[in-house]
Amino acid sequence: MPWMSPLARIRDALAGQRARDKDLRNLVSNLPYEGLDKWKQPNRHFRNNGIKTTKYSVLFFIPMNLFEQFHRLANLYFVGLAILNFVPVVQAFEPEVALIPICVILALTAIKDAWEDFRRYKSDKKLNRLPCFVYSSKEKCFVEKRWKDVRVGDFVKVESNDIVPADLLLLYTSDPNGVCHIETANLDGETNLKQRRAVPGVCITVSNTDILLIIHAVIRTGCLGFSHPDLVLKQHLVYLKGGCTVRNTGYAVGFVVYAGHETKAMLNNNGPRYKRSRLERRLNIDVIFCILLLFTMCIIGSLGHYLWLESMPSVPLYLVPQTDGHLDTPSLSSFYKFFSMIILLQVLIPISLYVSIELVKIGQIYFITNDLDLYDEETDATIQCKALNITEDLGQIQYIFSDKTGTLTENKMVFRRCSIMGREYPHKENECVRRALKMYIYKIKILMFTKSLPPNQQETEVILDQKLLRQIRGTEKIDAYQDFFLALAICNTVVVSMATAKRLRSNPLDTLSSLVRRAGSWTRLRAPITSETSANDLTTQGQSVNQTGGQTCSLHVPPQGTAPAVPAGKLCYEAESPDEAALVHTAKAYGFVLMSRTPDSVTVQLPSGAQLRFEVLDTLSFDSNRKRMSVLVRHPISKQCILYTKGADYAIMELLETPYGEKQQKAIASDTQQHLDCYAKEGLRTLCIAKKVLCDGEYESWAVQRQHALAAMDNREQLIMDSAVQIETNLCLLGATGVEDRLQDSVPDTVMTLREAGIQVWVLTGDKPETAVNIGYACRLLEQDDLVINMSCKSKVRSLISNSQRKFPLYPEVRRYSEDPRNVDTTPDISLVIDGRTLTMLMSPDLRDRFVDLARHCRSVLCCRVTPLQKSEVVKLIREKLKVMTLAVGDGANDVNMIQAADIGVGISGQEGMQAVMASDFAISRFKHLKKLLLVHGHWCYSRLANMIIYFFYKNAANVNLLFWYQFFCGFTANAMIDHWLMIFFNLLFTSVPPIMFGIMDKDVSAEMLLGLPELYRTGQGKGEYSFFTFWISMLDAFYQSLVAFFIPYFTYRGSDIDIYAFGTPLNTISLFTILLHLSIEIKAWTIVHVFIILGSVTLYFIVTLAYGVRYLNYSGYWTLQAQMVDPMFYLVCLISTVIALLPRYLFHVLKNSITCSPIVEARHLDTLEPSTRDQWIKEWRSFRGRVQDKTSDVSASPPSELKPTQSSSELNIRLGLVLFCHI
Amino acid sequence: MMASSYNAKEEDGHHSGAAGHGGAGAVKSRKPDNTAFKQQRLPAWQPILTAGTVLPAFFVIGLIFIPIGIGLYVTSNNIKEFEIDYTGVDSNSPCYSCARNFSSNSTTPCTCSLNFTLEQPFESNVFMYYGLSNFYQNHRRYVKSRDDSQLNGDLSSLKEPSKECEPYRTSESFPIAPCGAIANSLFNDTLELYYVESNGTRNLVPLVKKGIAWWTDKHVKFRNPSGNSNLTIAFQGTSKPVNWRKPVFELDPLDSENNGFINEDFIVWMRTAALPTFRKLYRIIQKKPSTTPTLPSGRYILTVTYNYPVLSFDGRKRMILSTISWMGGKNPFLGIAYITVGSICFFLGADIPN
Repeated sequence: MPWMSPLARIRDALAGQRARDKDLRNLVSNLPYEGLDKWKQPNRHFRNNGIKTTKYSVLFFIPMNLFEQFHRLANLYFVGLAILNFVPVVQAFEPEVALIPICVILALTAIKDAWEDFRRYKSDKKLNRLPCFVYSSKEKCFVEKRWKDVRVGDFVKVESNDIVPADLLLLYTSDPNGVCHIETANLDGETNLKQRRAVPGVCITVSNTDILLIIHAVIRTGCLGFSHPDLVLKQHLVYLKGGCTVRNTGYAVGFVVYAGHETKAMLNNNGPRYKRSRLERRLNIDVIFCILLLFTMCIIGSLGHYLWLESMPSVPLYLVPQTDGHLDTPSLSSFYKFFSMIILLQVLIPISLYVSIELVKIGQIYFITNDLDLYDEETDATIQCKALNITEDLGQIQYIFSDKTGTLTENKMVFRRCSIMGREYPHKENECVRRALKMYIYKIKILMFTKSLPPNQQETEVILDQKLLRQIRGTEKIDAYQDFFLALAICNTVVVSMATAKRLRSNPLDTLSSLVRRAGSWTRLRAPITSETSANDLTTQGQSVNQTGGQTCSLHVPPQGTAPAVPAGKLCYEAESPDEAALVHTAKAYGFVLMSRTPDSVTVQLPSGAQLRFEVLDTLSFDSNRKRMSVLVRHPISKQCILYTKGADYAIMELLETPYGEKQQKAIASDTQQHLDCYAKEGLRTLCIAKKVLCDGEYESWAVQRQHALAAMDNREQLIMDSAVQIETNLCLLGATGVEDRLQDSVPDTVMTLREAGIQVWVLTGDKPETAVNIGYACRLLEQDDLVINMSCKSKVRSLISNSQRKFPLYPEVRRYSEDPRNVDTTPDISLVIDGRTLTMLMSPDLRDRFVDLARHCRSVLCCRVTPLQKSEVVKLIREKLKVMTLAVGDGANDVNMIQAADIGVGISGQEGMQAVMASDFAISRFKHLKKLLLVHGHWCYSRLANMIIYFFYKNAANVNLLFWYQFFCGFTANAMIDHWLMIFFNLLFTSVPPIMFGIMDKDVSAEMLLGLPELYRTGQGKGEYSFFTFWISMLDAFYQSLVAFFIPYFTYRGSDIDIYAFGTPLNTISLFTILLHLSIEIKAWTIVHVFIILGSVTLYFIVTLAYGVRYLNYSGYWTLQAQMVDPMFYLVCLISTVIALLPRYLFHVLKNSITCSPIVEARHLDTLEPSTRDQWIKEWRSFRGRVQDKTSDVSASPPSELKPTQSSSELNIRLGLVLFCHI
Repeated sequence: MMASSYNAKEEDGHHSGAAGHGGAGAVKSRKPDNTAFKQQRLPAWQPILTAGTVLPAFFVIGLIFIPIGIGLYVTSNNIKEFEIDYTGVDSNSPCYSCARNFSSNSTTPCTCSLNFTLEQPFESNVFMYYGLSNFYQNHRRYVKSRDDSQLNGDLSSLKEPSKECEPYRTSESFPIAPCGAIANSLFNDTLELYYVESNGTRNLVPLVKKGIAWWTDKHVKFRNPSGNSNLTIAFQGTSKPVNWRKPVFELDPLDSENNGFINEDFIVWMRTAALPTFRKLYRIIQKKPSTTPTLPSGRYILTVTYNYPVLSFDGRKRMILSTISWMGGKNPFLGIAYITVGSICFFLGADIPN
């Protein structure tokens, strides 16, 4: 590198800084500058593609890690204490020894950090070394380089199934249309394919390298301009984000715009969130109590020392003067003693508690992740614990906020019914075949122990409605029907990928087709039950079932004959939402097969076998404001411009053509609306399909406007939406579809159980109230005899309401209802159904308190049509107002806000990508896993950790108080009767493992009991086992035990010739035995591990102490324990002191277990019974607790789909119209 | 995070593979092992402490503790102990003048004699203790003020004692051996016991001064500086502790095995007492081979060479004669404690069985 003046370097660096900071990026192709020195490179200011996510470097690890650790207040306190040791006046014994605990703790944490960092380093290295192809102008071809050598301004070629190394501007793809498919699973977990188009007009072929040389890109956030003599254009920027995978495309070439840490993927990377559990917050309060206690003890010591010195008539022999021969005055000396005392008694503030808690949580998480019951065979996924430090919060949940779609339901859509032109096609056969198939597969599973079938198999099948088939085959009114199915096939963003692609996920098992065929024959066996079956139907059914096995594609067209290159059966649809996939599959089943989709065209094969290639003029993509999407195509035959629209029913119905003369249209609309309501009541998700024919002039004028909107620099989103709204008018209704989203396995059971556990379950969904209420009934969120309050606001106008809220009529109503003497016995639980608009009103500041008050009295709350933001607001409101522990569970991107707002966020790794999982603290694969996670693991984690922490406080207090009592007999000189090393070992070695083991492995009640009696969960809610009371009881106990452990040996050895360490030995031994046996009383379930660790601790104590007494000649207590151990008095003292010390705790437990009848104790009693008798007892208990037995039994008996939404007599519908509000 | 998201990708790959190919077995399943440990199903014993299960245990404790207590109590009662205070606080005490006129630099030792009578004969070996009260040998700085490696014969520590010994580390630029406050305050009264026969003759009771320290202390922990068998030369270049009248190598000039650091009186003193009122073994009166008791009942005279000042801190000095049993000295406390706890447990266990 040539010499540069420092000034020039600084200038260069500053320029680089400016270049990076500007939102305008001036990029030049690197090619002309290839081979030049680094400082001549035009893009030298931008970072290269090497990434480094490590926090530390090898050289600076220790200082940096220490710096990091000292941010923690507790560590700082301990270091302060350690430094205090080195102050000479404090007269610490061996300052170096005092450093050991803090060093051990810092070292443990540092090792953990180093290991984590090393893992990051390794994965960085792996990433940086990945190969990729970069164009070299010398070699005139793409040469292989490593990722870290890629620089901004390079041209990179990415082949199919490769990962994009940096943020690329897509310039060229092997696809003739310039399309590239990418999968963004690495970034957001979405597995569907997305299309990206190369910058139009720059479709450079690779041979034409000249153009590559002179490309000069100016990028302003999101927009791109090329300054190139031939082409100057502005274009909405299409990135291939680094981290995506290129699929279904031969290769793609892109221009590196952002590299390394500047890529979007890295910028979105924010570190892990640190949540503090409620227990930990309480714990900190108690630590403060401990500090106060410590100070009190130190002040007592210091005062005592003062009085002791004052009482002396003259200077005694044993008072050692300072080096210069003078003695400190009593007051100064006692001032110093205060600090000596702090050092002596510092263990009272448990230095190792924080580390132990972390270790315990790691252990708990180990067990949670290894639970077989939380493992899902289908997806081969166990629970993932992302937050490591809030396990115990799982045991204290009071409110659960759940998403509906994908959380309570499978989010695997199955087409169930449709209505075309006002006629309803119920697809009755659908139901029975699927049920038969399901049962059959279940049987096979049991018989063959096979791994589960690919989930998609059962879901994509559509059993055809015979009536509808005849309709299509028939000639009458073919147009409307054809339009309907064409709309289904075209109006979506489904990407067709080939079976040849590597990642085809729904590749069927070989055995499956035969299996399904047998399932077909099963149907045949059951045929007499189904209505209207004919031989013809059976065959078609069989065929259609076959078809799902991936054999044939259409019904009455010979598939091989007319089908072109790709056999239709091997088509694989990648949809952004499962609804779309279900609809496309439906169209396919009826013969309208979506063959391929490019940005410009859609090819559909008709039942006749003919293929139509529609030119796509525009796609108006879905957004949550419009709640619909449209595709504008040109019909290949009629050359008409047709707009197909698909969307939520209310969004479409508003836009229908106002039928002046056409009564028929009106009738269709009202019939369809009727069908829609019916679908919604059945819990189906509804969509309306509409079309519109445009004349060319209309289209062209609109297209101009659209172009303007697309090219706009400012306010682009709004303009695009406006343009979409403009054209989506005067639609002509084609029909509607009902898609079923089945409930997940054992959801009703789980909801019931959670509710019995004292947890309020709220469902927040974006669906229609009718659908939501229906699902609510199906999943037992609402009961038939519940009082259901339906709050909906019919009008869109909201502004008027805010003034008139003073008399909100609901709460008195409810109270009156529940206070009504007739209702006392039955007290039907109150449920609340609210829709999004009403919710907005209720969330207003003046109403929120009343709303919370009302909601608290409701057993379950259902919020419909809520936005993601509202979801999180509701969670925050309840969490803050009621001060309760909340858990949010969801699976989609729309639940992320809610998941982050709750105390615990649970993500369900389902069909809708991974955003929810990424934002969550725990990721599960099924809703039902929540039951065991909360009831069993939550309960265990909480009770384990609570007991462990209480025990830890007790342990340290009991041990330290011995030293304190000794002060009364050594002139408050802060002397210890135990060697310092042994004192440190005592905490670090002898008594550290048992509580950790206790915290990880103890089991107060077995998992079966916890699941059988959900009421047990209530013990952890609210304050639970770790309360003010339990803390102080154990502290008192610690004082008592230390008194016994000190004074029994004291009275025994008083006046004898015992020396200081010989006196300390029995004290220490008694303390050890008391502490360990205390734990033994607390341990609820003994396993071999417990026995081993407790005995191991005792053995370790004796081995270490004996060895220390022999090996360490400079120890003044040389041979002490040996001498004690041959003295029978030692054993007698230890025996009686331990017994006396533990008697009260023992009696306390005996009395607690015999007299009080806490549910936990009763459950523990039941636990010891035989399993069969135990189950009997559980049943009796449950009926005793007032649970209606038959309710639980019929949950298992009747499948949820049969639960009809009957209007129960007690249902009270309170319509809260605007009128009501205004007139009060 | 980018890194981890790529990891996620790999897992995703696995996962899709697993889903696609069912139980092909090619992809390792993430299914947790079904072991008793991982599933938290280790066979467990779940004791529940209830009155029914626990009271028999009390009963058993009572049954065991009461006999132990009785045994301890009886043993303690069989121990004979005699104690005499010779501090000289009272004006009518023989040692009053010695205590009053004490000065550390007087060369002529002050002696005093006390008469006492043993009512009962002391059988077997009798241990003779000196007892000090209100003497805080467990004072923090005092306890620290010693150099164990010097006492173990380490030559470098002999010349350069540990800083802990300050201010008793050097005296007139010579290192003090043994250094430190403990050694400096060595108990230096001399006690002699005479048996006064009925005819009035005083017989000196033979006091054995060997075997009063722990064997391990005497033979392992304490060593004279090596290199020279002549202690005078070995300790050359060191100074005696300030309060001492004679240097360490003259503690017992008659017996080279009991001189210097391995002097047993010194070793006993260096084991600092745990509590401010303590006794330390001074001499052993060995059992006579004949049938006569070690100390027959009768009149005795204790002659004290009064060197050790205790009045400055309200201390007391005592001479204690005690026979010894397996449980050490006389102390009825433990026996009573066992009997009490045993009875409580016994009655708890026996009375309320439900």
